[in-house]
Amino acid sequence: MSSASAQKAVSEKTQAKKKEHPSGDKRFKVLDITMKRAQNRPDALIEVLHKAQEAFGYLEEDVLIYVARGLKLPLSRVYGVATFYHLFSLKPSGAHTCVVCLGTACYVKGAGVLLDKLAEEAHVQQGETTADGKMSLVTARCIGACGLAPAAVFDGKVMGKQTPESIMDNVKEWLE
Amino acid sequence: MELAELLEIAEKEQASRKPIRVHCCTAAGCASSNSEQVKKSLDEALKATDLHNTVEVCSVGCMKFCGRGPLVEIESKGLLYEQVTPEQAPAIVAAMNGGSQDDSDGLIPLDPQHPFFTLQQPIVLENSGKINPERIEEYIAVGGYQNLYKVLHDMTPEEVVDEITQSGLRGRGGGGYPTGLKWATVAKMPGDQKYVICNADEGDPGAFMDRSVLESDPHRIIEGMAIAGYAVGANHGYIYVRAEYPLAIKHLQKAITQAKKYGLMGSQIFDSPFDFKIDIRVGAGAFVCGEETALIASVEGGRGMPRPRPPYPAQSGLWGCPTLINNVETFANISAIIREGADWYASIGTEKSKGTKVFALTGKVRNTGLIEVPMGISLRQIVEEMGGGTPLGEVKAVQTGGPSGGCVPANLFDTPVEYDSLIKLGTMMGSGGMIVMDTETSMVDVAQFYMEFCRGESCGKCIPCRAGTMQMYQMLTKILNGQATMADLEKLEQLCGMVKATSLCGLGQTAPNPVMSTLRYFRDEYLTLLQDSPNGKVAVKS
Repeated sequence: MSSASAQKAVSEKTQAKKKEHPSGDKRFKVLDITMKRAQNRPDALIEVLHKAQEAFGYLEEDVLIYVARGLKLPLSRVYGVATFYHLFSLKPSGAHTCVVCLGTACYVKGAGVLLDKLAEEAHVQQGETTADGKMSLVTARCIGACGLAPAAVFDGKVMGKQTPESIMDNVKEWLE
Repeated sequence: MELAELLEIAEKEQASRKPIRVHCCTAAGCASSNSEQVKKSLDEALKATDLHNTVEVCSVGCMKFCGRGPLVEIESKGLLYEQVTPEQAPAIVAAMNGGSQDDSDGLIPLDPQHPFFTLQQPIVLENSGKINPERIEEYIAVGGYQNLYKVLHDMTPEEVVDEITQSGLRGRGGGGYPTGLKWATVAKMPGDQKYVICNADEGDPGAFMDRSVLESDPHRIIEGMAIAGYAVGANHGYIYVRAEYPLAIKHLQKAITQAKKYGLMGSQIFDSPFDFKIDIRVGAGAFVCGEETALIASVEGGRGMPRPRPPYPAQSGLWGCPTLINNVETFANISAIIREGADWYASIGTEKSKGTKVFALTGKVRNTGLIEVPMGISLRQIVEEMGGGTPLGEVKAVQTGGPSGGCVPANLFDTPVEYDSLIKLGTMMGSGGMIVMDTETSMVDVAQFYMEFCRGESCGKCIPCRAGTMQMYQMLTKILNGQATMADLEKLEQLCGMVKATSLCGLGQTAPNPVMSTLRYFRDEYLTLLQDSPNGKVAVKS
């Protein structure tokens, strides 16, 4: 009895080892846990991709393959979902992220001027990362902070009533 | 759980409260203006005085006047302050002590009798800004979950559906489909497995009503969904919420955990045979997922692409099962209807549009924020009385319905706000974004802005939408660059009609609306941009 259970434990251990990503990257563990919690159901794909992006910063090919295998989905399906949704990025982003909201309220209150200022002074276009990889400039359809338009998000922190000057003040440190 | 236990929790919560409650808004709008710090400073300032025995500071949900945040309210004293900074905390405490009311402390009082507040009629937002959304006890203390009890013990599912039908409630997501009819369809469908989905994918730019409701009163949605589940025979609910709303997701998760803990969710709720559970699904930034069939595809973990209807989700929805999909605000109305009765609800509003509607009033207007008004109120009252007009220049138009809606020019502001009158004007109620534009805003520019939006958000499944939005965007750009001729404008109008008539889903069918409505009311602006600008050659329609 005891030897049987010991054997089982050993086989479980080797199985676990086999499952582990060959690179030994610990971040894949996070994915394992998320997928296991969802009982590896294919409908958890979006949730798993969210987690993956959180852990890796973006969705590299290797991660997509790993997720596809984990959820028993064709890679084409995983790739299809990853490219369909705007929040998933297949390219690495900069060390910091500045999101300028382009919702209607922000737009009529001059969000375009904010983008022009960033293009002019930080030399970065929307959807791109500065050449030195320090900051990515992203635009959002609407972040729901319309009462404080125009709004921007600096590394997750929402700031309202932005002006070209204040937005430069907020990103200045990142660019140095 | 029994009703007595629920009442006991409510009583205990009431008893534990201090006589004076200071409300500090910590919803996303005010939070981005540093309201967390304001709350902390208020706590510290209170500790320094002997008031801390009688006064408590509470984090509450949205207090509606988002443009003036952070807001702090001392309800029992009728005091309300705007743009509060952490440094002003001692001054607020002093004011509570009957201290000086002069301006030296920099406090900006806000009149609670301002039309912005007095013209409102809160039903959906009745608890917003009054209770702490992160504590279920506070929701129970204001009568929460009692309506679920009432439904489970005193009403049959058919009676619940009838009640909702009689209330005249219509879908608040934009379409305005009668809610009772939708519930009845799902209820009638055979099958053991049905689902309830709450559409919290509020994608319209310039709209944040659903976000505020979820952040400020999440239990209300849970109760509404559970009642819906009982009425249609579903035992599983999903809330599909945008990833852009992290605070709403956090509050919802917390609310679900608390409801489970109290046995208000799970199996045999209130010792009845009714089981109900709710899962949250987080979107990933696709506007089209607000369309119900696309939303279902996304809940299933796929690309959020719509499919042809019928079959409607009520017949074959999530995993092929009958599915009830309603908007956040629709669910938020349910418990109030059950509590006060269908007749009460039907007495508010107009003949064909009952109840209230929450709007996000934003853009070039003095007072921005959330308003909940009875249906039938005029746009003029909203923009001029509540919104206080535009800070500079003149109001030119109001845009409603987001990328699916249109603009209402200032000369038609006496139109009552209801589903049908807005459609007659070539716009729609939409989910509730209301963006005020002044004479500086170019309407062609606005049309191009929305077309850029639709072009980017088209899922690409059907050609009229995928190619049509692209072509319309290019034509609008050509017009804006001054390179277009009269022939281009004609082509644009033809294309609008074609895309509207032939697109697969609501996104494409309504994408031309902003262009068509600006052409209808502001044709001059298009004409002056044309190369063969023909004032005189063409009859200018008003």
